[in-house]
Order: sequence, then C-alpha cells, then structure tokens
Amino acid sequence: MNLSRFSPMTTEVFEGKLTTRSRMRAFGALLTGPGILWLIIFLLLPTLFLMVLAFAQRGAYGSINWDFSVENLKRLVGFSSFGWSADNLIILGRSLKIATVTTILCIAFGLPMAFWIASHGKSMRAFLFALIMVPSCTNLVIRTAAWMLLLGPDMFPASIARFFGLLGEGESLYPGTFAVYIGMVSSMLPFAVLPLYTSVERLDWGIVEASRDLYAGPIRTFYHGILSQMMPGIIASVILTLVPSLGMYVISDLLGGGKYMLIGNLIQQQFGSAMDWPFGAMLGSVLIICSVVSLIIFQRVGGKNFV
Amino acid sequence: MSRRKIPLFATIIAIIGFILLYLPMFLVVEQSFNASKHGQSWGGFTLDWYTGLWSNTMVQTTTVNTLILAVVSTLIATVIGTLLAIGIHRTPWGKKMGYFYDMSINVPVVTPDILMAIALVSVFTLFRSWTSFFDPGMLTMTIAHVTLEISFVVLVVQSRLVGIGKDQIEAARDLYASTAGAWFRVILPQLSTAIVSGAMLAFTLSLDDFILSFFTSGPDSQTLPLYIYGSLKRGISPQVHALSTIIFGLTLFVMVLMVLKGIRKERKFSRKK
Repeated sequence: MNLSRFSPMTTEVFEGKLTTRSRMRAFGALLTGPGILWLIIFLLLPTLFLMVLAFAQRGAYGSINWDFSVENLKRLVGFSSFGWSADNLIILGRSLKIATVTTILCIAFGLPMAFWIASHGKSMRAFLFALIMVPSCTNLVIRTAAWMLLLGPDMFPASIARFFGLLGEGESLYPGTFAVYIGMVSSMLPFAVLPLYTSVERLDWGIVEASRDLYAGPIRTFYHGILSQMMPGIIASVILTLVPSLGMYVISDLLGGGKYMLIGNLIQQQFGSAMDWPFGAMLGSVLIICSVVSLIIFQRVGGKNFV
Repeated sequence: MSRRKIPLFATIIAIIGFILLYLPMFLVVEQSFNASKHGQSWGGFTLDWYTGLWSNTMVQTTTVNTLILAVVSTLIATVIGTLLAIGIHRTPWGKKMGYFYDMSINVPVVTPDILMAIALVSVFTLFRSWTSFFDPGMLTMTIAHVTLEISFVVLVVQSRLVGIGKDQIEAARDLYASTAGAWFRVILPQLSTAIVSGAMLAFTLSLDDFILSFFTSGPDSQTLPLYIYGSLKRGISPQVHALSTIIFGLTLFVMVLMVLKGIRKERKFSRKK
C-alpha cells in the first residue's frame, strides 16, 4: 500500500510522533523559508532579470533602453554595423579552451591527491583534506600576484625550465600560457579535489577485491572497479572546475600579460568602461546556459549533490 | 576503511599537486620576512613589514572591512543554511519539492562568480531607483557573499544529516524525549562539527572572493583584495604579505588544534571499547 496516496491530512508517524504530512510540511517550510527566499530574491530573480536585460539596448551614456530585440545576440556571434567579425567567437572559444584544459589538469592532479589523502589514517586524512582548503584563505589576487613573482626570470621555476632546455635564455615563464594554466590549476584544484575525495571515501572496496579475485589486472580493476563507482564524483568535479573557470578572468588578466581576453574580461568591460550592460547581460546568459546544462548532465549521470 | 597502498607515481603526482597549492603561500611567507622590497632576491631577514602594519591605516581599514564582511556573511549563511538543510532533511517533501530543493542548493554552486556579480549589480541598480538602501557598500557586499555561501553550508550540513540517519531520532522518542529535545540533545551535538566545517568553508569562500566584491563594493567599503588589485601595478606592499602570513599561520594553527582534538577523541573512544 502506498502511503503517499493518502491525503496530506491523514495522520502518520514522523520521527516517532503522530502528526500529519501537511503539518510537517508547514513546519518544514518555516525552516527552509529564509534560505529559499534568499536564493529566490538574490539569485533566481536577478538571473531572470539579467536574461530580460540581455534583450534590451544600450541607451545614451550607458542608460538602458527597453526596446526588445535580438540585436545583442547578433553582436554576440559577430554581426555589427561594420560587418561580421569573429572576435567574440574567438574569445568564447579561447575561454572554453582554457577552461577545458584547466579542468583536465585539475582532474589529473585531483584524482591522485584524493587517493593519496584517503590512504592515510583517520586524523591524518582530516588534516590533509583541510590542508587543501587552507591556501584559499589567502585571497586569489594575492596568490596570483605571488605566481607573478615566482614565475619571473630569476626564480627557480624558470631556472629549472632552462636547465631542461624548455626555456631559452632571457625568456621567462610569465607572462604566458604556461603561467595562466599554473595559476588556474592552483586556484581551481581545491574545488576539484573536494568531490573526488568524498567519492573515494565512499568507495566500496569489496568490488575492487572481487575484481582482483577474478584475475583482472590493475588497469582493468581501476577502470571497472574504481572509476565506474566514482563517476558521479568525477562529473561533479569536472563541473565544479569547468563552469567557474569559464567565468574566471582575474588570473588570465594578471598572468597572461593582457593577451588573454576571455569572456569574463568581456563581461567585466561591458559593466565597466564600455557601459553596455545589456550586451554584458547577453554574454552572461551564455554562462547561465552553461551552468544549467552542466547541472542537467550531472543529474543524468545520477549525481545528487556536488560536494 | 583500512589503509590502502597506492602506486608510487600517484603519490608523486599528489605531492606535486600539494606543491602547486603551497608554492604561492611559500612565496608570500618568504616575502613577508624579506628585507628587499620588490623581492626578486633575498635581502636579509626583517620584521619591519609586521611592525609597519600597525601604522598602515589603509591596510588596517581594508582588513577590518574584509573581516567584518567575512564574519557577518558567514554567520548569516550558516544560520540560514543550517535551517535550510534541516528543513529539507526532516520534512516529507515528496518528489517534486525534493527536486526543487536539490536544484536550489546546487545551482548556486555551479554559478560562475561573475554571473552572480553582474546579476546582483543589475538588480541593485534597479532597486536603487526606489530606495537608497541598496547603494553599493557593505550591505550589498554582504548580500552577495551570503548568496555565494548558503548552498555550500547546506551541502556540508546535509551530507552529515544523511549520515546520522533517522533511527536516532526515533530511538530518542522511544525513550520519551520530545521532538525538540531529541533534536537539540541528540542530533545537534552530532551536527556541530558539520556546522563548523560549513561555516569555515563559507568563511574561506568570503576571504578568497574577489569578483563579487569588485562588482558590489562602494567607495566606503574597500576590502583588502580590492585594495591589492588596485595597487598591483605598483607592486604589492610587503606589509600585505605580512598580513597574509599572519592569517595563513592562524588558519594552520586552528587546523592543527582541531586535528589534535580529533586524535584525542579517537583515542578516548578506542580505550572505552
């Protein structure tokens, strides 16, 4: 018999108390109310407003002209009064590329880190896990500035690279692509390790042993016994690195030496010097779509919560 | 889970990962003791930057702002987030509402900072045509930070609630505890660690944030990261490094204390057994 078929007024036992479903829900709404209202007022509604704003026009002196059209969308794909140019699309593509490479690197470092932490005793594990988050207590800007110094021509990373012939005399690692990736990975890594570590903790090692018993080699055991169990965690980790890195622009700005215009820079410009909020909103809408799509993918692979 | 061996190459990559996280921290600490100001080289040991902190009013005000922002937003986010997690967990919401709650706590986690920032700035500007309440300043910054932090708190607290399960509440009720008594005496004490870790995560997010603050700050609400970003072209003052080192040291200290406490608890527990 399916209890939920009963009307909400039927008395049932919850937490050892005789009460009705609707009473439980009324009290539950009281508890969740402040949080949900906060998220609706300060996240959902602003985001929806942004999507409406995306179809408005820029007025004189940065004011907003509420004539709705798809003009901004056309501009996004490169049509302007001067004809078609690929600039915006190149910026979009570059953002995607940097975010993708960053994500791959983060997973490549994050997986071994998660396993390494999990291979210690209980309190050591808690300590190492906490160590992952500690650097984030120092602001992103400070850490990025530290990389600017570290990757300079006279510091040891450059000397090491020179020793291996990866870097010519007089060249330096900063500014450049390498610097951008190092900065990105070092700041995104904690968020990649977070869900990976949780899923390593939850691994059912019985399956791994069964696989060994059935004469699977280490690679097959890792692939079928471990990775398949960790899939929701890996996807969570991919999304938690990919989507925020799509919007990140501070790091590429500081470490790329002005050569790395990303969608984040473009958005910031629209809201800053260009005073073209509607076009900025249209660019932001691209990010909204990325977030929502990634969330749907995550739920399709059976994930529930990200962290 | 017992200890498991992992291959050597994995250990090496893991350690490189940790080095990537800590190299910039190492440099920050080194710079804070370095007498040469724009530190490409080591100019001898000094504590001048630390003593200089007492007289640098700009660093002081921005630090106070940063800390107020972090503490206030963490408190709000922790209270609201914990209530939200408990409300989701103990209520028979049904499938649709459950999905709604899942979405509402996971969407903010995957929203890029800059998106949250421009969305908030747009509505704040809209609100401003009716009230001066949303003038850029500490209030708008706090709102932005709380919005960022809530769902992380919920996720941490919720995962612990799921771990505790529902049996204990029923057991407590069988032993004649009231529902409130069972929650306050049985569940909340077990939940306290998760609430603290949620709060710490929120605090960290606030300290680490730059983009949200950049968009929502006003003239009187400069925080440390904004001040640093502004002065970056002139090079970061070593005093900032001194300050960062202090914060870094404090965090490490608290961390070690918590781990030691955990070890002692574990020992006590195993002795009882």
